[in-house]
Amino acid sequence: MTPSPPAAKLRLATVWLAGCSGCHMSFLDLDEFLFDLAEKVDVVFSPVGTDVKIYPENVDIALVEGAVANVDNLELALQVRERTALVISFGDCAVTANVPGLRNLLDGGHDGAKAVLERGYLELADATGQLPFAPGIVPELLPRVLPLHEVIPVDLYLPGCPPSAERIREAITPLLAGERPVMEGPAMLRFG
Amino acid sequence: MAVVTLNVNGQDVAVPAGASLLEATRAAAADVPTLCHLDGLNPVSSCRLCLVEVEGSNKLLPACSTAAAEGMVVHTHTPRLREYRRMAVELFFAEGNHVCAVCVANTHCELQDMAVTVGMDHSRFPYQYPQRSVDASHPQFTLDHNRCILCTRCVRVCDEIEGAHVWDIGSRGGQCHIVAGLDEPWGQVQACTSCGKCVEVCPTGALFRNTDTTAEKQPDASLPALLRSARDQHRWHNQ
Repeated sequence: MTPSPPAAKLRLATVWLAGCSGCHMSFLDLDEFLFDLAEKVDVVFSPVGTDVKIYPENVDIALVEGAVANVDNLELALQVRERTALVISFGDCAVTANVPGLRNLLDGGHDGAKAVLERGYLELADATGQLPFAPGIVPELLPRVLPLHEVIPVDLYLPGCPPSAERIREAITPLLAGERPVMEGPAMLRFG
Repeated sequence: MAVVTLNVNGQDVAVPAGASLLEATRAAAADVPTLCHLDGLNPVSSCRLCLVEVEGSNKLLPACSTAAAEGMVVHTHTPRLREYRRMAVELFFAEGNHVCAVCVANTHCELQDMAVTVGMDHSRFPYQYPQRSVDASHPQFTLDHNRCILCTRCVRVCDEIEGAHVWDIGSRGGQCHIVAGLDEPWGQVQACTSCGKCVEVCPTGALFRNTDTTAEKQPDASLPALLRSARDQHRWHNQ
């Protein structure tokens, strides 16, 4: 009797937009669960799991960390949505814009990008200060930092700064079995 | 003692005449959420989280400031009320500048807890990022308007318990904000006794001690109820 062929693995991506990578560090804190996870998924795109530069097609689940703060974040977010079945807003920056969004308070809330660039590159610089300008190389900041769901439809919200490894595990374990996690109560929902 | 009998979520309860609907819902163990309400202070029903449905009324009623009446039939957790409560909390987050991760009240914040209670996993309303100020003129305390939800607990505790009436609400509509004295820097208001009650009852990180940094604020919102029972009934918590 020959063993049945292994079931097709889920294609998992993790994405890092405007965040501190703390959510990814929390993901790595899953420790030995990562071995169980590796048996059930192929990591097809991840700053901590692959060296793939182009977001692939036919992704089943994407954990997206970070707010949308620049044109690269925006382009990648749109690709993620187009090529992914289930997009998870991963951590407070993706869910609320959180700390990156604080620059929205500058310049009367109209163009925080201009205010923050001028502060960082001109006001605090010596006499040689200049604004960065390298089209196609250095991504331009968007005027306003946005939570992920204001840019693309999001299927699941996983708040926390960062979400604990336990919360991440409790959220993705049901997904591996094709079920929705129950996002209720302080263990699964608390911001901060 | 005169009592009124009413029905909360299918359960008959009897409460003393003059009790609020909120007290009646508590007697029925119906966990009606509140933010602006605080035992020991007069109710203002500003947060709208305790709205309940009362049969025969065509509008929702705030439980904290509605008197329980004989024969009332009250529903506290209908789908409509749950949805409104979640919307109200999302609006609180969207209206101010609430960044839990770097807030002095992180892990001890009633707004943060309320988001969990109502099941808020994100805000469906875009964040407003209003331009608000921080008053750090007081030697011991700071008022960060970015985190204020205008519950007016500080206004009430200072007026009703401390008797100093340092705080008030200035302006109108979306410009409403807490003012000290005659809209002066807090540190210049001579009526302030620096008792710190406003800091203890603030549900968020809007009022805090200068010595507290991120996630270090540990308020004690039971203070007004304690002081009121001590004064009215001469009953102290250590007796």
